[in-house]
Amino acid sequence: MPLHPIIIFIAAVFTHNIALTYLLGICPLVSMSRHLGAAFGMGLAVTIVMLITSIANWLLYYYVLMPTGSEIMSYLVFIIIIASIVQLLEMVIIKYFPRLENSFGIFLPLITVNCAIMAISLFMVLRTYSLFQTILFALGSGIGWLLAIAVIAAIREKLKLIGDIPGGLKGAGITMIIAGIIALIFMGFSGVVSIQ
Amino acid sequence: MTTFLIIDTIIFCVALILLVAQKYLLNFKDCSIRLNNEKDIQVEGGNNLLNYLNKNKIFIPSACGGKGTCGYCKIKVIRGAGNILPTEEPFIDRAERKLGMRLACQIKVRGKVEISIPDHLLGAEEYEAEVVELSDKTHDVKLLNLKLTSDKTFEFEPGQYVQVKIPGTDEFRAYSVATPPYMKGHIELIVRLVPGGLCSTYIHKALEVGDKITFTGPFGDFFLREADSDIVGIAGGCGMAPIRSIANHLAGLGMPRRFYYFFGARTTKDLFFMEEFTELEKKYPNFKFIPALSEPSPEDKWNGEVGLITEVAERYLDQLDKIEAYLCGPPPMIDAAQILLANKGVKKANIYFDKY
Repeated sequence: MPLHPIIIFIAAVFTHNIALTYLLGICPLVSMSRHLGAAFGMGLAVTIVMLITSIANWLLYYYVLMPTGSEIMSYLVFIIIIASIVQLLEMVIIKYFPRLENSFGIFLPLITVNCAIMAISLFMVLRTYSLFQTILFALGSGIGWLLAIAVIAAIREKLKLIGDIPGGLKGAGITMIIAGIIALIFMGFSGVVSIQ
Repeated sequence: MTTFLIIDTIIFCVALILLVAQKYLLNFKDCSIRLNNEKDIQVEGGNNLLNYLNKNKIFIPSACGGKGTCGYCKIKVIRGAGNILPTEEPFIDRAERKLGMRLACQIKVRGKVEISIPDHLLGAEEYEAEVVELSDKTHDVKLLNLKLTSDKTFEFEPGQYVQVKIPGTDEFRAYSVATPPYMKGHIELIVRLVPGGLCSTYIHKALEVGDKITFTGPFGDFFLREADSDIVGIAGGCGMAPIRSIANHLAGLGMPRRFYYFFGARTTKDLFFMEEFTELEKKYPNFKFIPALSEPSPEDKWNGEVGLITEVAERYLDQLDKIEAYLCGPPPMIDAAQILLANKGVKKANIYFDKY
């Protein structure tokens, strides 16, 4: 029986969080979580890019690659599509939403090489999701990632007020520990839904 | 076969879409840069400020080639650049932010931008030169002798630096000029081999006599001021370069001011230009050269001064009155020297330094 898209969505946000369960997209999670504002901008950009690229890649995979037997090239095609969609998105934002550009425009180029984005496209193929399932999976994963980075950034902002972090743990070190504890908390959701 | 055709088609379509999008989405109207409230530069827009300034022959110091990693291309932006970006934050402190300082390489010009650039940067130009001599001064320091091949003369103040373009990249590295300005058409640079360093490795390992080099300059507010007070020069390692320029410039004028030059090194194999300065010392009673070793080994057979260069300088400073100090060397040396000079009652305004 195919999984209901809503279940996939909830699983992607909580029980199978892309950052905290699969440890994907950790690089920006650590480097961009200093301020809540920047973290939110980054999370939003990741969500949007995830959604658009997974839809484009789904269509391309099932309507172009599969019928011609070119699945072997899917990695290459996915990367090309992700990179060009990010570029296109950047141009559209610069042209029509200059204010948005100021808040997360500089994050877009970083997303091109974000493994979480690529992972969504690969997972949807691996798990043979339908288009509708893919859309909710991508949306859920994006929101899940946004949630993770926002929570970590909020904790880091509070930590900065307290200060007193041992020298060796400052920056990336303490962030990894925070991420680990948040991941443990998210494990508490594991009974809610299961997709595997 | 079909697989490759499909991939090619996809890449072609994607490239086409991007090109069309670029043409229709990224055309900015009325882009200009207003410089110091007097000059307007029309630009097509879309690229970064540093790029446009370079194109218009305004050379701002920058080492990383616009990647936003060196933080040298700071300029004052009056309006038109939006809010400060997270990529600039590490390089711009709170006081600078209030002044409107930004990194030129991170600002995209998409409208009217108003900036202000200090006059001493506007004098910088691009020059071509040919390597006429390349000699080892110590085990890791090379002296690079350049002959200018451009028609224009290179005018600078003794102590200023130039930025050497690294061939095949957009990157630049700063080197102080080690020769006085009166040697028209010739400049010398002192280059220490930095392990893994892009430009120093290039100069040490790849550059040959007869090669062409491009540099921009002059830059920097570290240069000899006109005054009649005594001069203290404190240098370590390649900090030798600007002080040598200053010393030779003054020697050219007959050494009108008393000049004590303290040069610090670890062992004798890190010392260079010893004969040149001993000669100067003999010729001009006003000039005193005091080299010091911090870690001399017994085989060095060193009978000169021993200790950190600041400790050595402290023993001599009382012989001078009304000091103007020029410091060039590694940051810890400069910090120590500043404390020493402050203790000796030298005013902050009379201490010039160049950290590297």
